[in-house]
Amino acid sequence: MSTPILSAHNLVKHFKAGGFGAARKFVRAVNDVSFELASGETLGVVGESGCGKSTMARLLVQLLTPDSGEVHYQGKVVGRELPLKAFRSKVQMVFQDSFASLNPRMTMIDAVAFGPTVHGMSRSDATRKAQDLLDRVGLDPSRFGGRYAHELSGGQRQRVNIARALAFDPQVIVLDEAVSALDKSVEAQVLNLLMDLRRERGLTYVFISHDLNVVRHISDRVMVMYLGEVAEIGPVESLYSAPCHPYTQALLAAMPSLDPDRRTMEAPLAGDPPNPIDPPQGCRFHTRCSRVFAPCSAQAPAQHKVGKTHFAACHLNSAKEHVA
Amino acid sequence: MTPFRSPNDTPLVRVRDLSVRFAGTPPVHAVNSVSFDLAPGEVLGILGESGSGKSVTLKTLLRLLPERKTRITGQVEVDGQDVLALQGRALADHRGGVASMIFQDPSLALDPVYTIGQQIAETVIRHDGLSKSDAMARALEMLEIVRIPSAKRRLANYPHEMSGGMRQRAMIALALACRPKLLLADEPTTALDATVQIQILLLLRDLQKELGMGVIFVTHDIGVAVEVSDRLAVMYAGSFVETGSVKDVIRDARHPYSKGLLAANLVGAAPGTRLDAVPGAPPPLNALPEGCSFAPRCAHAETACSMSPLPIWNGGNGRWARCVQASCLGALADAESTS
Ligand SMILES: Nc1ncnc2c1ncn2[C@@H]1O[C@H](COP(=O)(O)OP(=O)(O)OP(=O)(O)O)[C@@H](O)[C@H]1O
Ligand SMILES: Nc1ncnc2c1ncn2[C@@H]1O[C@H](COP(=O)(O)OP(=O)(O)OP(=O)(O)O)[C@@H](O)[C@H]1O
Ligand SMILES: [Mg+2]
Ligand SMILES: [Mg+2]
Repeated sequence: MSTPILSAHNLVKHFKAGGFGAARKFVRAVNDVSFELASGETLGVVGESGCGKSTMARLLVQLLTPDSGEVHYQGKVVGRELPLKAFRSKVQMVFQDSFASLNPRMTMIDAVAFGPTVHGMSRSDATRKAQDLLDRVGLDPSRFGGRYAHELSGGQRQRVNIARALAFDPQVIVLDEAVSALDKSVEAQVLNLLMDLRRERGLTYVFISHDLNVVRHISDRVMVMYLGEVAEIGPVESLYSAPCHPYTQALLAAMPSLDPDRRTMEAPLAGDPPNPIDPPQGCRFHTRCSRVFAPCSAQAPAQHKVGKTHFAACHLNSAKEHVA
Repeated sequence: MTPFRSPNDTPLVRVRDLSVRFAGTPPVHAVNSVSFDLAPGEVLGILGESGSGKSVTLKTLLRLLPERKTRITGQVEVDGQDVLALQGRALADHRGGVASMIFQDPSLALDPVYTIGQQIAETVIRHDGLSKSDAMARALEMLEIVRIPSAKRRLANYPHEMSGGMRQRAMIALALACRPKLLLADEPTTALDATVQIQILLLLRDLQKELGMGVIFVTHDIGVAVEVSDRLAVMYAGSFVETGSVKDVIRDARHPYSKGLLAANLVGAAPGTRLDAVPGAPPPLNALPEGCSFAPRCAHAETACSMSPLPIWNGGNGRWARCVQASCLGALADAESTS
């Protein structure tokens, strides 16, 4: 593989969670996460709520400083070999909370034009660019450009945020639940736009979503996270058709039914996710796993190779590995 | 206007000809002449275009819109009370006591300067008059009910210390804490992963039956709507364009917008291919076309579509669609599926 455009190397982030001195407690939000992104590729990221996806995204775009680990952009260590400012113009993020990321006192046209002006574009050019981008996300600039964030619907705000990220002309965009507030038809329009831009400009996406249908549609590869770690990562089709981690299997089984006569009667995964302050020994999933066996509580599983570029951190796959 | 009548005679919610306008240049006509009933213990799912007025409709039922720039006309009754006339103490009792809302955006409901425990406790103290320690116990119980892991520790969390999905569950706990008769749920599970989402949906279904709570459930996820709703309504440009039982609407949508929306579902699309979307964009809300507001985007549009008022197709049993061709569109679909 040629040099990845963006890569994460052993990222770790623990948040303080009360206690003092030796009794100080930490939430292990992201624990030793590594992966690579090829230029033009889309990596889908899924996983239980609270498993560290947004934290991982913030580490990746350098809005949070990792406790340890590095992010590389085109092989250069960000912060040390590549200045943050240069990195920021190449890598943008669309945030999960569409309200929190828009300045309440800025009109939508100014919010989108802000990026380009910061990077030295003239005001009139930046405004023209913002109008064009609002139009491309399906918001008529003459109707929506002069409004403030609270005067838009949830889905309209989300699209402004996508336009705002695109305005920087980035190479990589990290999209955190960026289409979750859109109706299926507008969602289709926005996904079409993202796929068009990928084709036109060779953009690379990290696409975090709870919607497993959307992730399947747009991703080349998918990463499944559980409690701060990578449970499984692999090409989209093999991961969906032959998931190798029991957590991935439960997740896929939990997709809602579309048939009014066959509603879901029982949740496929019971129990609560364990406490991230004091995660279980061995495999972090073993307390809820239906296929738990002897080694699971004793030893943390390695990333077993289950296909050419498909890995699963589960002991069940240790035998398979030699065959693959 | 033919309201969407529920079989029960004394509805929990009765809305007639509701219109909501925001002042401004130009003004925004966010909701246009919406009428519907909701029976106690009934779950109405609302699907619809982004910006079609779903959240504004729900907020009207709680009178949460900015008074100065909003003009509301029509009738809104909840539990026999005229909501548009409520003032002072009665309004405060209505909000959170009789009816409560799970917001699309958690940052609207949760106060960043108080812990989750404090916020839930404060609500139950206000509405149910519990003591401080009883209120905290109720808060803990609520966090456990919505499956927040390590609930005890989370009581002391500020909203920013929780993940998006946990904030969402905390808000559900807050909304249910006073056991409301009416729950307004605005995309309550979009921030949740599939395993937790299905747990919460099953939980809402149980609580709803147990408490006999009426629920209006806005969602973009058709699978979610199918899992929880008794009836469905589809909204477009500020109006209900179609309603009926879940089965009828999912299997035999009569309005072309509903058909387009259901077809834009990703299930079965070949990965990476362009997706079918309803072409075009919704009309400006201050200048809706005469007659059907979907006509400019509709492949089946004809001259009759600009009739005003538009005739409504009535399929009986609370099933109707605001489309001049609804009866033949259904027949067309039948012919296609049998051929
Ligand atoms: N600033 C913070 N301080 C303390 N804890 C935090 C902070 N930010 C996140 N956490 C904790 O880190 C963990 C991971 O949170 P994160 O937001 O990354 O999850 P997520 O996978 O994005 O979840 P969701 O799908 O619900 O958005 C959670 O336990 C969360 O409570
Ligand atoms: N305070 C306001 N001032 C002016 N216009 C507003 C205001 N609040 C909402 N609107 C407009 O009213 C219309 C309806 O908004 P609403 O939030 O109800 O949409 P929605 O159906 O919930 O959409 P979504 O699915 O995207 O959340 C939108 O076009 C929105 O831009
Ligand atoms: Mg998140
Ligand atoms: Mg809304």
